Amino acid sequence: MLTIKNLHASIEGTPILRGINLEIKPGEIHAIMGPNGSGKSTLASVLAGREEYEVTEGEVIYKGKDLLDLSPEDRAREGVFLAFQYPVEIPGVSSTNFLRTAVNQVREYRGQEPLDAVKFLSLMKEKMKLVEIDQKLLSRSLNEGFSGGEKKRNEIFQMAILDPALSILDETDSGLDIDALKVVANGVNQLRSSDNATIVVTHYQRLLDYIVPDFVHVLFEGRIVKSGDKSLALELEDKGYDWIKDEVANTAV
Amino acid sequence: MSAVTKKDTSLSSSFLDSFYAQKPSGLFAGLREEAAKLLTHKGLPSAKDEEYKFTPITKKIEGNISRFGHSSPFDIDRTELEKHLVEGLDAHLLVLNNGFYDKNLSTEMPKGVRITSLKDLGDDANKIAKIVTAEKDPYAGLNQLAFQAGVFVSLDDKLVLDKPVLILHLAKSDEKGQTIHPRIYIETGKFVEATFIEQTIAVDDQVYFINSVEEIKVGEGAHIHHYKIQDENKQTLELSNTGVDVPKDATFTSFVLSLQSQMTRNNLSLNLLDSNCEGNMYGIYLLNGKSHVDNHTNVDHTKPHAESNELYKGILTDSSRGVFNGKIFVRQDAQKTNAFQQNNNILLSEDAIVNTKPQLEIWADDVKCSHGCTTGQLDDEALFYLRSRGISKENARALLLYAFAGEVLEKIENETFRKYCIQLVQERLGSKGG
Ligand SMILES: Nc1ncnc2c1ncn2[C@@H]1O[C@H](COP(=O)(O)OP(=O)(O)OP(=O)(O)O)[C@@H](O)[C@H]1O
Ligand SMILES: [Mg+2]
Repeated sequence: MLTIKNLHASIEGTPILRGINLEIKPGEIHAIMGPNGSGKSTLASVLAGREEYEVTEGEVIYKGKDLLDLSPEDRAREGVFLAFQYPVEIPGVSSTNFLRTAVNQVREYRGQEPLDAVKFLSLMKEKMKLVEIDQKLLSRSLNEGFSGGEKKRNEIFQMAILDPALSILDETDSGLDIDALKVVANGVNQLRSSDNATIVVTHYQRLLDYIVPDFVHVLFEGRIVKSGDKSLALELEDKGYDWIKDEVANTAV
Repeated sequence: MSAVTKKDTSLSSSFLDSFYAQKPSGLFAGLREEAAKLLTHKGLPSAKDEEYKFTPITKKIEGNISRFGHSSPFDIDRTELEKHLVEGLDAHLLVLNNGFYDKNLSTEMPKGVRITSLKDLGDDANKIAKIVTAEKDPYAGLNQLAFQAGVFVSLDDKLVLDKPVLILHLAKSDEKGQTIHPRIYIETGKFVEATFIEQTIAVDDQVYFINSVEEIKVGEGAHIHHYKIQDENKQTLELSNTGVDVPKDATFTSFVLSLQSQMTRNNLSLNLLDSNCEGNMYGIYLLNGKSHVDNHTNVDHTKPHAESNELYKGILTDSSRGVFNGKIFVRQDAQKTNAFQQNNNILLSEDAIVNTKPQLEIWADDVKCSHGCTTGQLDDEALFYLRSRGISKENARALLLYAFAGEVLEKIENETFRKYCIQLVQERLGSKGG
């Protein structure tokens, strides 16, 4: 579904990603871990099409298409979804209006009829239950004045509405209490299918008890320096990143 | 210093020459005499004038208009007129045709509303030029010298108007240009509730200079809304002086939507004369091309426990220019004043410019005043967030820009008019984005 080959990206001339290779098949869950500043969000942003980042080398093939060639909106319409680490507050844009515009633009791209107000509302209601999000939140401006947890929940709600093929969750678990974390994980699991794939970026093994990954990758200084199964996450929790940094240093010598 | 400069020879002196050549007698002879003296002495503002340093309108007028002199009304029939009206807006129509009250085109006013052409005024004539004086602004002085047959509008006590009064200025010119000096005086009785909508219609693409003076004396406990749309032709040069007296327990709300002109300067001045009164000033300017809009506002708090709110927002693209200057004056007596002011701007191009300046002068010590001005670009992070959900770049831009302006549009209480403004704003933001 997604093939990343030797991806290099920089921002304002500073290289951040320095040769990422990753292969993701439908139905898989990949966890990406790594110390602060290692480039996890950068990778997520590059996949979603953030224009500030310049891809200097490598390629990304998504469903047989050159992903890097598509605009951010076309990537979304093709089924790529990024749950932001820091969702943006947008005063004056109502959540409902925003989501309906998004859903219908995606549908239009896929050659589907737009949803009328009634159908859209029932879709909203169904997905609201899934992530246990309060109607009151959605009647406000998008993310404006939402707590950290509410913002994260809203990301998963949007994901549920847009029903993506490839979801990238950038630290959706950070700052959530255990109940909220379960709700979020439950939402992700229910949306999971053999056609969909998920990338979970996290610092904490805790999330991976609920969203069980097929693969765990460690990103360090812009490269994936180690990959393993879910036991790697437990090991990282136990030992931290220093041993990996040492390994990297040793192989570099 | 008092020598008449070369620059304003044509505009002010042409009116002065004709005044001195044949001094008018009659009702307003004294006012005209006074204005003539002031103009002779001071002339019209140049770029050296602090109040007009960003808005060289005198130069623009003299560069664009080659014939100065009194305008006269033109022929226009009702069908032609109706093409220009806000669709679906149910309103009483008050028409000024090149500055002249046009009784035939106006509709009959409801009971309790009296409209008199200024030239037919009796004792009320001595109320003219008490709120907006020639000293306040040289262009108000020029209007005082040159105005012809404007209107005096009076609303009886306790009148609650079910429909707005639409004050329609019709402007028509020719290749030489035209100068129009509308003059309006509105007084409302106690507890009146009324909405005035003011719109200038350019019936063709020719250049004109419209220099209006509007004085509004609000009655005690009255609630008055005053909305204005400035969506004229690309050549329009406009200057408006609006002065409002707001007494005890009264509320006055102004909203100005500026969409198209060559250069516009609005001077809006609210005098909060007593306790428990409220003055609101709202505005949106969406500018493109080379258009230039300057809003100078002034609110004067004189007594305790009054409130003023001000919010102006601008979206500018191409090489347009916006100017905002907001004065808040709180006198020593005016304790417990609440005064809020905001001016926010989004620049969509590198060549667009905004000059914004709050001017607070506060002599009382127990007041709540806040002001802020921001000028920035469209928020890239927000734009990316929307696009990452499948919304096209153009739609995302329009959503964000509309959300920015929407905060001001919400202040419009008349629903049909609000929807009309929303439509105008969306059309502008959706297509060219500013
Ligand atoms: N706009 C920017 N300009 C310059 N450097 C940037 C910019 N954005 C990110 N960086 C740098 O890029 C590097 C990677 O940042 P990134 O946000 O991808 O890290 P991360 O792995 O997601 O970290 P965290 O775990 O803290 O979220 C960091 O060193 C960061 O300082
Ligand atoms: Mg990050």
